[in-house]
Amino acid sequence: MSDNWVQVMEEGAASYDLPAGLTEADLKQMYEGMIMIRAYDERALKLQRSGRIGFCVTSFGEEATQVGTAHALRPDDWVFPAYRQYGVPLYRGASMTKMAAHLFGNADDSAKGRQMPAHYTFDEHRFVSASSVIGSQIIHAVGCAMAIKYRKSDEVAVTYFGDGASSANDFHSSLNFAGVYKPPVLFFLVNNQYAISLPVEKQTGISELYKKAEGYGVHGIRVDGNDVIAVYKATREAAQRARDGKGATLLELFTYRVGAHSSSDDPTRYREKDETAEWKEKDPIERMKRYLQQLNIWTEEYEAEVWEQCRTKLSVAITKAEQIGDPPWESAFENVYAEMPSALEAQKQELLDRESGLELNNEGEFPL
Amino acid sequence: MPQKTLLQAINDGLKTEMSRDDRVIVMGEDVGINGGVFRATDGLYDQFGPDRVMDTPLTETGIVGAAIGMAVYGLKPVPEIQFADYTYPAFDQIVSELSMFRYRSGGEYACPVVIRTPYGGGIRGGLYHSQSPEAYYTHTPGLKVVIPSTPYDAKGLLAAAIRGEDPVIFMEPKKIYRSFKADVPEEDYEVPIGPARIAREGTDLSIFCYGAMVELCEKAADKAAEEDGVSAEIVDLRTLYPVDEESVLNSVKKTGRALIVYEAHKTCGYGAEISALIAEKALEHLEAPIKRVGGLDTPFPYTLEYVYMPHPLRVYNAICDVMAFE
Repeated sequence: MSDNWVQVMEEGAASYDLPAGLTEADLKQMYEGMIMIRAYDERALKLQRSGRIGFCVTSFGEEATQVGTAHALRPDDWVFPAYRQYGVPLYRGASMTKMAAHLFGNADDSAKGRQMPAHYTFDEHRFVSASSVIGSQIIHAVGCAMAIKYRKSDEVAVTYFGDGASSANDFHSSLNFAGVYKPPVLFFLVNNQYAISLPVEKQTGISELYKKAEGYGVHGIRVDGNDVIAVYKATREAAQRARDGKGATLLELFTYRVGAHSSSDDPTRYREKDETAEWKEKDPIERMKRYLQQLNIWTEEYEAEVWEQCRTKLSVAITKAEQIGDPPWESAFENVYAEMPSALEAQKQELLDRESGLELNNEGEFPL
Repeated sequence: MPQKTLLQAINDGLKTEMSRDDRVIVMGEDVGINGGVFRATDGLYDQFGPDRVMDTPLTETGIVGAAIGMAVYGLKPVPEIQFADYTYPAFDQIVSELSMFRYRSGGEYACPVVIRTPYGGGIRGGLYHSQSPEAYYTHTPGLKVVIPSTPYDAKGLLAAAIRGEDPVIFMEPKKIYRSFKADVPEEDYEVPIGPARIAREGTDLSIFCYGAMVELCEKAADKAAEEDGVSAEIVDLRTLYPVDEESVLNSVKKTGRALIVYEAHKTCGYGAEISALIAEKALEHLEAPIKRVGGLDTPFPYTLEYVYMPHPLRVYNAICDVMAFE
């Protein structure tokens, strides 16, 4: 493997040194964080399959890319995510009730029920509202980092996107801007090898995506995205580099999307089950578990307890979220502008005068 | 009081806003050392330096996208898109990101970015240096769309746009960038976003227009006054969204006749919205059908620009048509 390949926990290796700056408590925190995401995904998918929520996105197999990066960043670093990084605010301490509220799009949702699930926004955790448009957030992170540089602050802006996004215009403009202005920005290219059905080898003519960075004068590395400690280590170093004024890094986090693209997707149409099974063997949580075992800080009771706590936390939040109703109708008109223009106010008033109190029938329609 | 062209007033406005607020950042293609291809940002680089007057790579989606990120952080970027025709490469960032940020984040993140862009024909710019894309942006919830037609309004509206909390598409009629000078106060002032300006009072018909069309409508109205004794009221809309409905309707209620003049393609152009507004809310006051003079429903031709563009005679003829209806 080249110098640009970052891996700490070799698969199947016998012993490791604890990486600098990490304590056993850190390792356990990361392990627990990954289990939290796994439990969240399992629960969200069940809610969707049973028709209690309309849609969901999961990140099975990609937990280390979220937890490893989140653990290495400071709470005041800015995150511009795609829709598969909700593990980051979860790890930063976002309220589970708020997370669940977003799944239901209810009145308590911080996005006020305006977006499909998986488009979380948490300003208190500097987790900036995601779009569904692929790659459009990458350039926002660059602009944010340019502002950080202008203010001579030592925060870092980071952005997550997939291998599919590396084809989008905004990927190009972002790397180009980053090469020119050298702002403190980290690009996490989560190469999970699929953009819905399209495999990465049909997405781009280069197999090592981090090499794209070089063409823009940006530092690029490839990281074992299923090795949470490697992800942590590489992020930590890249963030320090950025804080030291040395500019951007493109980190290709090499992983695999074990689950479907979303609850609407059926991966059996475009890939072999054997392939997925092979990657399940490389599960980032299992890998970390083996490491903890070697350090003698893992027991079956410990694991069971972590799962139990995660599931309980989820159940409490979901039960609560399901009881909260839709956002009030007038909220649909709010936050379009800082102040509601009079024409919009009139539109709202007309709707409320004519239709408030109407209820949807079983077909989800207003009865005629 | 100093006399300035519309272009000089914009330059003055940018300097004023940058001096009073260090969050204001100017960015775009050739805006720095070169002072902008139209010289709208002339002198800013020397006065404020490269950190605040940024020559950017040639990517409109990058310019607008980076401005969004800056605004999320708390700055007030004022990107220039060199020609309104080149807002299309940034279209996704404008209509899917900039316009929706506040809404989709439940009000958590605002994006007060002011995109300045010269628009319209009259400079022999051909297909790609002449377009008037305002209707795309007035059709996009979350954006405000402003078009000044006088130097005074240019400086004042720009100040209001930059000091506001919403994204603004600030479209500058490049045909009249340098065509006349008028009083522009040295001190800073705001012309509020929203209210229209009655450019000329009249009693027989209302002409609704904006940007470079105002001057042209005035010429047509002069001819109609002199030759036909028609008293035309000219309403310079100034803000296309949110539009000053009250001024539009009051004028129509007074005159009973409406003509709308704009240089964008006629079909589904902004004039259609004004026409619909009048039809919905003041139909009973009309004494004649509403008439629109727009640009042709063709791409913008280079040599035959003078055929494409509304001109005073075409507007005068339209005035006669509206007045002839009994």
